[in-house]
Amino acid sequence: MSSTIHLRAVSSKPTPESSTTPLESGAGSPASQIAAATPPEDAPAASTGPEKNLASRVGEALLHHLLPPIIVLTLLLGIWEILCSQPGSSLPSFTQVLSDTRELILNPFYNNGGNDVGLGWQILASLERVAYGYSLAVIGGIALGVLIGQFSWAMKGLDPIFQVLRTVPPLAWLPLSLAGFQDSHPSAIFVIFITAIWPIIINTSVGVRNIPEDYRNVARVIRLKGVRYFWKIMLPAAAPYIFSGLRIGVGLSWLAIVAAEMLVGGVGIGFFIWDAWNSSLISDIILALIYVGIVGFILDRMVAYLGRVVTRSTSAS
Amino acid sequence: MTASYLQIENVDMTFTKGQKSSNVLRNINLKVERGEFISLIGHSGCGKSTVLNIVAGLLKASGGGVILDGKEVNEPGPDRSVVFQNHSLLPWLTVYENVALAVEEVFGRSKSKAERHDWILKNLELVHMTHALHKRPAEISGGMKQRVGIARALAMEPKVLLLDEPFGALDALTRAKLQDEVMRIQIELQNTVLMITHDVDEAVLLSDRIVMLTNGPSATIGDIISVPLPRPRMRVELVDDPIYLQCRAAALKFLYERHAAPATAMG
Repeated sequence: MSSTIHLRAVSSKPTPESSTTPLESGAGSPASQIAAATPPEDAPAASTGPEKNLASRVGEALLHHLLPPIIVLTLLLGIWEILCSQPGSSLPSFTQVLSDTRELILNPFYNNGGNDVGLGWQILASLERVAYGYSLAVIGGIALGVLIGQFSWAMKGLDPIFQVLRTVPPLAWLPLSLAGFQDSHPSAIFVIFITAIWPIIINTSVGVRNIPEDYRNVARVIRLKGVRYFWKIMLPAAAPYIFSGLRIGVGLSWLAIVAAEMLVGGVGIGFFIWDAWNSSLISDIILALIYVGIVGFILDRMVAYLGRVVTRSTSAS
Repeated sequence: MTASYLQIENVDMTFTKGQKSSNVLRNINLKVERGEFISLIGHSGCGKSTVLNIVAGLLKASGGGVILDGKEVNEPGPDRSVVFQNHSLLPWLTVYENVALAVEEVFGRSKSKAERHDWILKNLELVHMTHALHKRPAEISGGMKQRVGIARALAMEPKVLLLDEPFGALDALTRAKLQDEVMRIQIELQNTVLMITHDVDEAVLLSDRIVMLTNGPSATIGDIISVPLPRPRMRVELVDDPIYLQCRAAALKFLYERHAAPATAMG
């Protein structure tokens, strides 16, 4: 049994691996040179500059914040390289991935028509879907969150329903939305919307319910009501909660888009991954995963930054 | 019998929570004349703040009612502005904006933009806070926050100014300074003021009359002391003024002999 599995794995992979060995070493050496060169570059900068104080401080900060991840990353890449370079490995090694995906990395914005476009376009297409779905979720989520945070009857009526619906996995909505919209594009957007909306609703409602009684009393004394109350008191007071909901929401929508696009098709990073799998382009999948991770990280940090700017003054009292 | 400026008539307050109901206030009657400074004093938990909240309209009395300048009070409004114990400034607004928010709501139609701006500055000047117009509450001290709270309340041009233990959270020196400020402003503006306090010296120093509440439950007005001291009052000169001492003794006797805090009372 075990020998057949081994044989199969060997028979499927050795051809591409052996054919690219010269390229592999060529692509690998500059990368390792860069990795090795970075720390020494910091060290002299710390001691030689005329504004020694500032330079040394910058150098120290780089040393503290950049050095650990660089070391760990180099180690992990090394382990990956060693594990996957062995004959019979079912996954490509790091250098293998670099050489396989060279075209994709260097040309993120090529366009050969149809689905055959660069990774940049694929990611932008996914981001566009997320932008639509997430924006709708922000508007709907804040509105519903304010409703159930402000009115106890809405809370009692809607909260049990929301608590059940929010546990439904995003992809479970896809067949239903395909049936409803009869079109893949709005269906994908709907899946993003329905995924991102729950944390936004729940956090907004908690934020609204936690508006200090004092602020409400101030508003009542100056007779601040309706829309003006919403803008002047409710939104700023609940902003820290709302932004934590927005941050969870953006993360979830990016999680859902890849899965949704795998099923829906068209241009998009999710379908790119699925397409690569169908063509056995494992290196392309790995590159796409790295891009997906980086974009998700950037999205998360953007919302976090926005939240920090907006709520800078709300949190301290 | 002529009607007073502010009349609290037969106010009863019962809080009901599920099956439990507790009678907090019973039969509160008080008449306040225009320009009077009244202190409400009593032990913690006796319902002083409840009285103030009913006058403010933030709470609805279970029985009886409040009449201000011939009109019944049934909701909160800027004619009964409140200075809250913990200042209640909005932390995302600057000092100027906190006052501006109130001024814009109250005088948005009756004053022009320039007039509103001048009015905001004038009130902040009154409490000596013009040096920190663009600071946020987190950046100023507790005493300064309370000054801004007072400026915001005054800027509404209230018929009655309601002070809910305004100096309770401040250290003794800051408190004394703010008390002097409030007395100075009172002489200038001649407001009608209702102040909650648990500090006998503060009550005697600031008030024309001290209204003393009995202990709850079912607290009511036990006694009222008039403080016939001329204004302006100087705290140092009053230290051995016989009238001051007499009033202080009467209040202390009421609080610690006739209506000593029940052993079970919570801090």
